[in-house]
Order: sequence, then structure tokens, then C-alpha cells
Amino acid sequence: MLHLQQLSKTYKTGDKALNDVTLEVPGGQVLALIGPSGAGKSTLIRCINRLVEPTSGNVILDGQNITKLGAHGLRKMRRRMGMIFQEYALVERLTVMENVLSGRLGYVGFWRSYFRKYPQTDVDEAYRLLDRVGLLEMADKRADELSGGQRQRVGIARALIQDPALLLVDEPTASLDPKTSRQIMRLICELCRERDLAAIINIHDVKLAQMFVQRVIGLTKGVVQFDGPPEGLTEEVLTRIYGEEDWKETIEKIEEEDEAET
Amino acid sequence: MPQILTGDGTKTWMLRDRKSQFTRWGAWMIGTIIFLWCWKQISDATTWFFVWDAPRIAADIGGRAIPPRWSYMEKLWEPLWDTLNIATLGTFFALLMAVPVAFLAARNTTPSALLIRPIALLIIVSTRSINSLIWALLLVAILGPGVFAGMIAIAIRSIGFCAKLLYEAIEEIDTKQVEAITATGASRWQVMAYGIVPQIMPAFAGIAVFRWDINIRESTVLGLVGAGGIGLQLKGSLDTLAWPQVTLILIVIFGTVIISEWISAKVRGAII
Repeated sequence: MLHLQQLSKTYKTGDKALNDVTLEVPGGQVLALIGPSGAGKSTLIRCINRLVEPTSGNVILDGQNITKLGAHGLRKMRRRMGMIFQEYALVERLTVMENVLSGRLGYVGFWRSYFRKYPQTDVDEAYRLLDRVGLLEMADKRADELSGGQRQRVGIARALIQDPALLLVDEPTASLDPKTSRQIMRLICELCRERDLAAIINIHDVKLAQMFVQRVIGLTKGVVQFDGPPEGLTEEVLTRIYGEEDWKETIEKIEEEDEAET
Repeated sequence: MPQILTGDGTKTWMLRDRKSQFTRWGAWMIGTIIFLWCWKQISDATTWFFVWDAPRIAADIGGRAIPPRWSYMEKLWEPLWDTLNIATLGTFFALLMAVPVAFLAARNTTPSALLIRPIALLIIVSTRSINSLIWALLLVAILGPGVFAGMIAIAIRSIGFCAKLLYEAIEEIDTKQVEAITATGASRWQVMAYGIVPQIMPAFAGIAVFRWDINIRESTVLGLVGAGGIGLQLKGSLDTLAWPQVTLILIVIFGTVIISEWISAKVRGAII
């Protein structure tokens, strides 16, 4: 469904953030993108919906080459890709409902959106999604009154109301506590399964990634170092991705937790 | 090297070493000399007889000015209303023009940083650099005396002020919110309405009441050059040496400014 072909990005400063990344994501697959800070994880996701312009290479979603689209085509394509952010990136001074409905901006005209006259079907869907993420009674609260976990749920609802085929998720748990992190990851993965969405999840926490996804990609300095199932993350592989460190702890703990949960 | 090793091996610490201490002392010395020299120049150019005489004259005028002529108040209501209108409408029109200028001047929203941004900045600087009293003088000559000239003078003077503060607010917005709205497939105008406007709303409201508050004060003097408002009465009373009326007008201006400051403080408090 999504193909990245020799995607490269070199910033004006000369930093090569992505180097010839080729990747194929089948429909409905949830994959985690791990790697040290500065490996190009954020750049990779932002090159897919062109919040960052790739220097070269192609991004093909459902047979359409996103890198070749004009402004109008790009807008239409962005509706197919929901994005979830590290620090939620909600519009803080708008209500929860307005934030969720803003996911429909690609579908409604300027004046309708300006006067908040969204079609009834959008409003119904917004309520349904708020109910699904457990925030129905928060609809009229301002976004900045919510806790971190709640805000991220609003961010998830905003991405889903776009009716996307693909979710681009940038460090969804980096500002959350461990328990909330798991809940948010679980929610994202459940929703992907329910709606048969593909997702690319940038994540720092290797353990968390292993718990929830079917496929892990390790990125170092803009190059794919590992591509395989979570069980394939051996000590040797982690060293390849992150560099020399004692990885036994990380790997062992996962196995213990898996046993505890089953 | 503020750390000095003394003879017996203990480390003492001083904020500055000897050299920078001496430089500072020298700078203060030069500053003092300049100050004294300027004082001398001003003193030579002053007719000290008038200055020594000042307390007596002030007491004399003060004596004539008290009590204020309260009955004059009935003639002040209308110019006072004009003054408020000049300030309020002037601020309104200024904001109307300042908003687009601010968006054109802000680095992150300007359509062209090479061509349009400098023009917007030029508008900001040029309107700010000329005092509203001078704008009023010019406009009275062009438009004729009256409230309209005063209002336009206030409006022009305020554009630069409002646009400058507003474009700084636009440049300081959180870009992640803008990014998030862009990622939904929103158009350029929708990104502005959803990603930028909500973020600058508090700044906008704060700037508006702050400038309104300043404009109340500025519009009280515009009448001095014939641009309407209570200043017209003030000039008339000063010219005819009607000191009790001057006192009353000053009291009225004082009261108005206090009330406007109270209102703007309340409004700003409510927003933040």
C-alpha cells in the first residue's frame, strides 16, 4: 500500500537525515520505527506527508506518487494520512470538539470550517470517536484543561476522523508516564486493527515497541539497519542500531513481562 | 581570571580582576565628566531669574485656578464624548489595517520575505516614527479641522504599534499546532484560522485594549492643533487665561485616563 523508494533528505545545513530509504508497508500493518535521537525517524514520517520536502526519491500511497503532487493534490492526499504527535499538537485554545473536527478540514470549505458549521455526519463521527477514546464528556472542555493522556486521545480522534488509510505516529508516548504510554499504544494498535489501518510509529521505548507491533524497523543515521519481527531484536541488532551498551537487561525484562501477562 | 592564588597557597575569589575593575572605574569617570559638562551647558543657557521666580508664579496661577469652575462641565460633555470616539474608532481602524500588515511582516506567514516583508516593515516603522500630534497637524491641513482628522491621526499612528506587537506574537507561535493542522490537509486559509489565529487571540486582545488606553491619552491633546476633542477646550481656556476652566479640564482628563486604565487592566486580566 505504501512504498518508499530511495527516499533521501538532506537539510540545508548539510545534514543527511535520510539516506536511500526503501520500504514497503502492506495495508493494515503496524510497524515501529526505532533508532537513536537524530536517526531521521521524525524526518522519515514527515517526508511521507511532505511536512518536510524529501530531497529525492518517491513516496507512493495506493499507486499515487505523493512527491509529484501539486498543492491541491497534496491536500487531498494528506486526508488519507492521519498524524499523531509527540506533544499532542492540539490547538490549545480551542475546545476538544473543535480539535477533533479540525481533522475534517481537508474535506470542508473555508467558511464552513470558519463558522464551525461542519456537516452533521462529521459531528456524529466526532462524538462516536470521542466515545471510543473515552472522552465523550470532555467534548466542550478547552484542550489545555486536559491531562497528557487525555490530550493524546484527542490527537488520536483528530487523526481518525480524517478517515485515513495510514497513520503516521511521531513519538506518541514520549511525554507520558509509563502506564499512560501503554494505554495509548494499546489504543492506537486496537484502533488500527478495528479499522484495518497501516501505521508507522516512531518510538524511543524499545520494550514498548516490542509489546505492541508486528514489525520493527531500526534506523541509524538515516539508513535502515534492521527490518524484521520484534523477536529479532537481539543484543547484536540493538548494538547495531544504538551502539555499544549492555542490552541484556532490555531483552530479558520483556520476556519476563510477557510471561507475567500471559 | 578572578581566581587568585595568594602567597600562603589559599585560593581567593574576586568577581573581577584588576584590569576590568580599572576599566569600569574609568567608564564611570568618563560618564560623570560628560554629565557635569552637559549640566554646565544647560545651566549657561538658562535664565536663572525666571527659574528662581517660578515658585511665586506657580503659586499665583495655582491660586487663580482654584476652585475649578464646575459649571463649565456642561460644555465639556460633548468634547469628552468626541475624545472617546476619536480614541475608540481610531483604535478600531488601526487594528483593521494592522492585522494584514502584521501577517505580511511576520517571518512565518509573509508570502515573500524578500519583497513584501520589507514593505510591511516600512509601513510599521514609518507610521510609528511620527507622533500623532504631527499626524494631526498634517491631517487638519488636508482634511480640515475636526474629529475626523483626529481619528485618522490616531489610526495611522497606531498601525505600526499594533502591527509590530502582533507580528512578534505571530512569530512566537507554537509551530507544532500549525504543523498538525497542515497535516490534516487543511488549506492555507484554514491553517491560518485554526493553527495561527487561536494562538494569537490573547495577544491581539491585549494589544487592542493597551493601544486604546494609550489613544485615550493621546486624543486628549489632539484638540491643541484643531483635531477635535477636549484638547480644543483646553487650548481655548489656556489662551484666554481661564485658569479655573483649565483645572476642571485637567481633572476630567485625569478621571478619564484612570477609568480607561482600569478598564484595560480588567479586560487584560480577563483574557490572560
